Amino acid sequence: MANFETITVETDLLIIGGGMGACGAAVEAAYWAKKNNVKVTVVDKAAMDRSGAVAMGLSALNQYVGVGAGDNTVEDYVRYVRQDLMGVTREDLVFSIARHVDSTVHLFEKWGLPIWKDENDKYVHEGRWQVMINGESYKILVAEAAKNAIGVDNIIERVFITEPLMDGDRVAGAVGFSVRDEKFYVFKAKAVMVAAGGAVSVFRPRSVGEGLGRSWYPPFNSGSSAYMTIKAGAEMTCQEVRFIPVRFKDGYGPVGAWFLLFKSAATNAFGENYMVTHAEELKKYAPYGLVKPIPACLRNHLGMMDIFAGKGPLYMQTAEAIQRIAAEAGDEKAAKKKLKTLEAEAWEDFLDMTVSQAILWAAMNIEPEKKPSEIAPCEPYFIGSHSGASGAWVSGPEDLQTSASKKDYFWGYTNMTTVKGMFAVGDASGASSHKFSSGTFTEGRIAAKAAVKFCVENADRPNVSDATIEEFKARTLAPLDLYEANKNYANDDNINPNFIKPRDYMFRLQKLMDEYAGGVSSQFTTNKHLLERGMELLAMLKEDSSKLAAGSLNELMRCWENIHRTWQAEAHVRTLLFREETRWPGYYYRADTPDMDEKNWKCFANCKYDPKTGEWTMIKREIHRIVE
Amino acid sequence: MPSFVINDKCDGCKGKDKTACMYICPNDLMVLDKEKMKAFNRAPDMCWECYSCVKICPQQAIDVRGYADFVPLGASCVPLRGSEDIMWTIKFRNGSVKRFKFPIRTTSEGSAVPNGGFDEGNGDLNDFALFTEPASLHMDAVPTLKK
Repeated sequence: MANFETITVETDLLIIGGGMGACGAAVEAAYWAKKNNVKVTVVDKAAMDRSGAVAMGLSALNQYVGVGAGDNTVEDYVRYVRQDLMGVTREDLVFSIARHVDSTVHLFEKWGLPIWKDENDKYVHEGRWQVMINGESYKILVAEAAKNAIGVDNIIERVFITEPLMDGDRVAGAVGFSVRDEKFYVFKAKAVMVAAGGAVSVFRPRSVGEGLGRSWYPPFNSGSSAYMTIKAGAEMTCQEVRFIPVRFKDGYGPVGAWFLLFKSAATNAFGENYMVTHAEELKKYAPYGLVKPIPACLRNHLGMMDIFAGKGPLYMQTAEAIQRIAAEAGDEKAAKKKLKTLEAEAWEDFLDMTVSQAILWAAMNIEPEKKPSEIAPCEPYFIGSHSGASGAWVSGPEDLQTSASKKDYFWGYTNMTTVKGMFAVGDASGASSHKFSSGTFTEGRIAAKAAVKFCVENADRPNVSDATIEEFKARTLAPLDLYEANKNYANDDNINPNFIKPRDYMFRLQKLMDEYAGGVSSQFTTNKHLLERGMELLAMLKEDSSKLAAGSLNELMRCWENIHRTWQAEAHVRTLLFREETRWPGYYYRADTPDMDEKNWKCFANCKYDPKTGEWTMIKREIHRIVE
Repeated sequence: MPSFVINDKCDGCKGKDKTACMYICPNDLMVLDKEKMKAFNRAPDMCWECYSCVKICPQQAIDVRGYADFVPLGASCVPLRGSEDIMWTIKFRNGSVKRFKFPIRTTSEGSAVPNGGFDEGNGDLNDFALFTEPASLHMDAVPTLKK
């Protein structure tokens, strides 16, 4: 076996991840931990300053409710999310985040995040819930507060977590390895918080070469949250509810400012606004299709109807929108000034969060005030924090339950999964969509307070035997050993019948997901037979994961990232198969059950892997209405 | 090729144990070639073009060339990130240039105080109010369900 030093870290609360959720958790946990003598450790595969989906920055905070100022109520937000997810959402969890999120945004402002203000000192809104920011350094600021709260000595960077450690039904920590030094890490903890992001590159991307990394969500979100929770035996929810954003084509630049701030229309190649021409289609999805804002999946669906009918490309009519706003400014001089402001705002929208789109526009000589720009649906992603919903099934707060919901939604500590001591936030926690960056940070805070309470009330330390740890060490490092044992057999480092390199393995996963589970090339369409065949191929892929080989620490991380992706893929395919309807057209289509079925499928489709038997169970869970 | 290193400008961060780009890349792509004393991007097709390496490089030795499989040649976006704002120079394929400057923070570097100056709250671990609440909500109490 590769000769790695074993480093053991004993802590109370282990936070896995370094993105928005983990930073929120660190800020909150630091306060409660100090009061209650609890030790907190953060472990992350990257550097906190630019770790996670906000690495590049953002141009808006997509969740701000404005409760204090009386702009909206928490209940309003719950109704908005319920509607967008076609009725399938955990209202208690959405409520829980929405009642605290304004506090988070106000803290961000104090830390130095530039939030746009109007002449009355009120936040400038992009839409009802979205506020505009100058967000290039958003993540750095948030990381700074987290570091100041918890202390850099309690943050371990560049360590990739591979597996959860268990003591019976209770989580006992996690193991991983340094991606920089030959060190195997063992974290022993009373509670573990999974804040390791969503999953990208599970499906084949649209790009064919270098652009493989230009996913809308970052390629370093590799399914670790899903893997950690599934492998621990946690019940999972909404694993079928992937997200497909419609964005500026190929660069995947944001469209929110265009739709919401500039009130731009999207049309097909013939200038027809598909939201108008296909309005009739929305009635099929009543009541969700009949209330504004129209759910994201249905907006996708109407656009896709035109693409499938050969009426592409789709365009964002940027020029029309900008000229209209400039014209409304008044005389020629005022219009010119307005045009200049709008131009800067439009470019900042890209430069703050998707520089690639700015390069693409510059490379195509696109000036948005002069001509429209192509938009297209991206490949599918797993991102429970946005308009997808995949993640672990977690307990809601007690005070937000009705007498009916309590039996299904509450089992103790807020945001704890069904595994004792394991918490999940952000993309790791499911059925609580539309938390975005600010809500994810907030959920980290909520869960951190609960996790500290868990540590106080469960002070005994879980046990893990040395033999178990040695077993995990061998398994973690196996790809290095396999490579070492076989590398001299063939004259090509990547072509060897005794192993598979992570890059090739990932392509195999992506191809099968694309073709059998409704990816881009299948026009997001699948059926029972395709999914069953996909499961057969996935089973062989999973077997071959034991043949993953790594010639370096970086490749070892890629091996494990792809193992993690595979489990997210499996949970997805199993749940697509289980839910016999098409509730989120525009995210995916079950061609054999093409309609929404309110009678049989207005419920959560949950799944659970049993680590002892290796069996999966599919579970229907009732939806409870908490807010009228 | 997504991010790439300009040979003439990179000094390998003078051979310290890690370069600035290695430190920051969220996808662990940047590596130092110790023989050449130059950093490089080891997997351009795993690069998100997040510009973290470009922005942090003390020598301004890293640039981005748009993804070869869909971006026409000839454009660039070059940032210059200071302590208060960031200046972008965008060069178009047709040669025209646009410059934009945006603020990045309103406070001095390192000064983020976790409580943001708000009252820290009642300190009760059993209450659902979080650290700094309700003050940071600009409210008297944290909302709960009206039953």
